Amino acid sequence: MSKYLVNLKINNMPISVEEGTTILEAAKMLNFKIPTLCNHPDLTVAGNCRVCVVEVKGARLLAASCATPVSEGMEVFTNSEKVRISRKHIVELLLSEHNADCTKCFKNGHCELQDLSSEYRIGDHVFLDMVKEESKIQDISSPSIIKDDSKCIRCQRCVRTCTELQGVSALAVVKKGDHQKISTFLNKPLHEVVCTNCGQCINRCPTGALTERNYIEEVWNAIYDPSKFVVVQTAPATRVALGEDLGIPVGQRVTGKMVAALKKLGINKVLDTDFTADLTIMEEGTELLTRLKRALVDKDETVVLPMMTSCSPGWIKFQEHMYPELLDNLSTCKSPQQMFGAVAKTYYADKINIKAQDMIVVSIMPCVAKKFECERPEMRDSGYQDVDYVLTTRELAMMIKQAGIDFDKLNDEHYDSILGESSGAAVIFGATGGVMEAALRTAYEIVTGREVPFTNLNIKPVRGMEGIKEASIKIKNVKPEWSFLEGVELNVAIAHGLANARQLMEKVKSGEAAYHFIEIMGCPGGCLGGGGQPIPTSPEIRKKRAEAIYSEDADMPIRKSHENPEVVEIYKDFLTEPLGHKSHDLLHTHYKPRKRY
Amino acid sequence: MEKTLKKVDIIFEIDDKQSPLSILEKTIKRSPDEIILDLIDSGLKGRGGAGFPTGLKWKFARNEDSETKYIICNADEGEPGTFKDREIIDRVPDKILTGMAICGYVVGAKEGFIYLRGEYNFLLKNLQKRVDDYNLGMKKLNFDFTIAIKSGSGAYVCGEESALFESMEGKRGEPRNKPPYPTVAGYNSKPTVINNVETLVYTSMICRMGPEQFKALGTSDSRGSKVFSVSGDTPISGIYELELGMPLNDFVNEFGDGDTKAVQVGGASGHCVPRKKFNDTIIGFEGIPTGGSMMIFNSSRSMYNVLHDYLEFFTEESCGQCTPCRVGCQQLLKGIEAVKRGERPPAYLDDLKKLTGTMKIAAKCGLGQSVGNPFNSIIDNFREEIIY
Repeated sequence: MSKYLVNLKINNMPISVEEGTTILEAAKMLNFKIPTLCNHPDLTVAGNCRVCVVEVKGARLLAASCATPVSEGMEVFTNSEKVRISRKHIVELLLSEHNADCTKCFKNGHCELQDLSSEYRIGDHVFLDMVKEESKIQDISSPSIIKDDSKCIRCQRCVRTCTELQGVSALAVVKKGDHQKISTFLNKPLHEVVCTNCGQCINRCPTGALTERNYIEEVWNAIYDPSKFVVVQTAPATRVALGEDLGIPVGQRVTGKMVAALKKLGINKVLDTDFTADLTIMEEGTELLTRLKRALVDKDETVVLPMMTSCSPGWIKFQEHMYPELLDNLSTCKSPQQMFGAVAKTYYADKINIKAQDMIVVSIMPCVAKKFECERPEMRDSGYQDVDYVLTTRELAMMIKQAGIDFDKLNDEHYDSILGESSGAAVIFGATGGVMEAALRTAYEIVTGREVPFTNLNIKPVRGMEGIKEASIKIKNVKPEWSFLEGVELNVAIAHGLANARQLMEKVKSGEAAYHFIEIMGCPGGCLGGGGQPIPTSPEIRKKRAEAIYSEDADMPIRKSHENPEVVEIYKDFLTEPLGHKSHDLLHTHYKPRKRY
Repeated sequence: MEKTLKKVDIIFEIDDKQSPLSILEKTIKRSPDEIILDLIDSGLKGRGGAGFPTGLKWKFARNEDSETKYIICNADEGEPGTFKDREIIDRVPDKILTGMAICGYVVGAKEGFIYLRGEYNFLLKNLQKRVDDYNLGMKKLNFDFTIAIKSGSGAYVCGEESALFESMEGKRGEPRNKPPYPTVAGYNSKPTVINNVETLVYTSMICRMGPEQFKALGTSDSRGSKVFSVSGDTPISGIYELELGMPLNDFVNEFGDGDTKAVQVGGASGHCVPRKKFNDTIIGFEGIPTGGSMMIFNSSRSMYNVLHDYLEFFTEESCGQCTPCRVGCQQLLKGIEAVKRGERPPAYLDDLKKLTGTMKIAAKCGLGQSVGNPFNSIIDNFREEIIY
């Protein structure tokens, strides 16, 4: 049923829009820009910053344009005298409670409040400074996220993110009036609450109140230290987003430029997390087939299904807090980042004749939870901390700028070898559904000897931005050794964003759905929408990044993990077989139940 | 015709011949539309302070097409200087319940709630008993309506209707964006009539006595009478039901102590009227409306302290979600302190007055919008007391 059309005028220009459209949206259609702060395309409407107020003819009050639907005959003015005075007042008020220490702020140059202040030419402060001294004490307890209340303007984007998108509610509004602030349960440090370190709050914070813990200086120090051999691994999703922070349009792949830039920074070897993504598929795929065999052939009742992916450290911590009873469902596979660290400081260090203690492994990740993950005590199987530093895509962009590299002009370069070769199956790890697709491409072929029955290997049913996806694949004409899978309908599910993950977990717990394999990514859209990716983010931006990821896959000469020659090599040379003894030592891990408070 | 002060006895009057329940019994024999017409005809406006015509509100809710609708009695009486609802709840609760039940009948709601201010929990036991009895009474009449009580937790802002709904739904008490208005989407996002305690009593009284008798009181803009909470420098503080439309001068002559310097009409969020304006100020919607609070100050009072107290109150009671209110209140409070200490020039008060202009039109709810009322009226009339 089509909606009614509503006729209105904005700044004397007539427009007809669908009923339910907000004034803000209608103004945008007419190319009138109305500034906003608390509004965000991923979140419900709050209407609390009031920066977007507009004048509606005949109304006593200004209307928050983000929260006010159009109505017939409405006459809106977006820049009247009243609007200008009020908007300027509001920006001034926000600045008066904001620790405007801009030159020292990590978000300097990327701050929406700074932009507004500059736009409205806020000069001398009219109003008194309201920043509370105690608010200047930062919460640096988390290895991933720094929370600075003195920069907070109470737009509540972070709270809505944590609640609506992630279903975690680590952040909440507490107290009222002049004491109102964004806090955690009992005002505990972030590290001691249910925060999953996903960093989605950072992606949406308009100011520097929530930022990643950055390790830029540490990495520069390692690069300049002649006694250190610095190895970098780059996660799949970084290559389709890094450009956004370096003046390149959204959705453009910059893989070769990224490699070139890293080499220019002085990194000794530029390698690829995609290699261990392929390795993950070998281990995780085998684990799944083993679990299925034990369940179907051995009738082993201790086997836990559905098996769930374990690549996303935000998801892992979520599960540890929220569903500790389902920890055995998690694949024991480490994430590709941690597999890389463990392999780099053992197999690779041996190959290139570098002592593990002299090697610094730096990850470039779309993620801030990876910073927490690399510090987990389990992640030291090489005898050292397997991954030393994790930089977000944003931090890498900053380093590239610091080094004065003209990113756009760089010629593409190739990853170093070994640990630099990968398949299309690995790069799609960066998008929701990607791990599933990669696993199916390999597992199906192992079992049947044939490629997955989808055109060009593109398993479309597991792709896309739907919150929860489900698919089934009938397994037919299997190889003799897999005869127990003959005719089995493999049921899989995929969720991204932790609020969706929670929904799926409830279904699993209630037994409402019988899946064999579940892929969960902690962030909306998967890693491409990760908490360490360039800001801003929106459904549209994530869609473009996903398109770039799938085009990268399509262009790869190798599309299946088990065909990655370096993966074949490492099993022949070192690991012997998936789930073998060495794999067990280096590539697998365990989880621990965590309390909610 | 110029009104003079006249005491009235409608709200608290006990009618031995006709119980509130029997008013309900009689009223539900009439058609809802007739009742609405009577209410509109009576000119009754909401007694919480905002003054929305009650009959219209009921009509809007009645016109909504929804299986579920709610009636809510706003008993979150939190405006400083207002204590009349407490007395009404204590003395004539059945009249409130009757108003709610009639409203339920008119708009087609089956459930009603009394949102009782947290600090009024001492009234809860007795009120609960009266509610239980009344529910039983309605059952006997075969009238399908149930009333329950919900307790607030003491936040002033929860008296704001949409914040009240949020609170009732178990969420943080923060006002919502409007539209939608409560009659379209209120409690649980269903059409809801929310009326002040006193308003509901008047609706039941109008149903008993007809609109004519009510309309005969007051002025064309302010029909009927109203319960006032009189406090401050008065020898006879207390609750008084008075006809609307009287000049403030009459009021001061009756209640003042002979040395009245100013009256704060309408509580902390109302207006301060200085002595020189007593004669020209009508208490009613054509002049200065009030939810009932009348605070009298004599010449021993510092108006700086009065304003400072109010601003402290708002700074603390702002829910904190919207910028104009959260930061604006702090700026006003710290601003007058800075002027007092000489850290800002007297002209800074004018900057602050401009700020209240923004708060009035850009704050999300009535709380932030009305802070300018006391601020401007006190600054304008007692500027020297603020500065020196």
